[in-house]
Amino acid sequence: MITVGPMPIDVADEFAAISAKGAGGVATFVGLVRADDGVATLELEHYPGATEAALAALLTQAVARWSLLDARITHRIGVMVPGDAVVFVGTAAAHRAAALEACAFLIDRLKTDAPFWKKETRGRDAMWVEPRGSDDAAAARWSG
Amino acid sequence: MAIELLYFAWVRERIGRGSETVDPPADIVTVADLIGWLAAGSDGHAAAFVDRTRLRAAVDQNFVALDASIVGAREVAIFPPVTGG
Repeated sequence: MITVGPMPIDVADEFAAISAKGAGGVATFVGLVRADDGVATLELEHYPGATEAALAALLTQAVARWSLLDARITHRIGVMVPGDAVVFVGTAAAHRAAALEACAFLIDRLKTDAPFWKKETRGRDAMWVEPRGSDDAAAARWSG
Repeated sequence: MAIELLYFAWVRERIGRGSETVDPPADIVTVADLIGWLAAGSDGHAAAFVDRTRLRAAVDQNFVALDASIVGAREVAIFPPVTGG
């Protein structure tokens, strides 16, 4: 299931949802707004329609490749503060290896394939976040 | 033929709007052609498109290289490299 919206992410609710299929193993990743280096707010922008389609395509790939029982991505948009959850990724499988690998695949590929943009505010300064080369490298390890 | 353009992040901010409808001349056939044509038409577009290595695009919501065709496209989006997650 894909959810993209401005509502705060309730990690307990997300975990309950991904755990509901009776899987032997559930893996989750939660991305938080970092509290370091003076960031006051983080704003997430997306491309309505295209973002959801990109995430749905990743879920379909992950479910097929690792025979998942269930998978979900919940991504928040709008203005957040340090400590807020930006993204929740959950995968449910019969065994741990599939759940863990699929979860890593989804967050790695989300970072390079899904149209989201981050803007950080520190005091009066607002700055768009630049992509990191390490994100491309992390995503590339899943191809082939 | 009219094309709906969408801009995101600092591309949107430099242009000063998130969308517009344009009707480019017939010799504008790729995303790169479109970027050049828009940049010649306004300072905001020129500022947004000054470094094309930092631009990404989607044609009808499919992510493409800047040399991709826009012939027959209904929607073209131009934006910076993505930074989600």
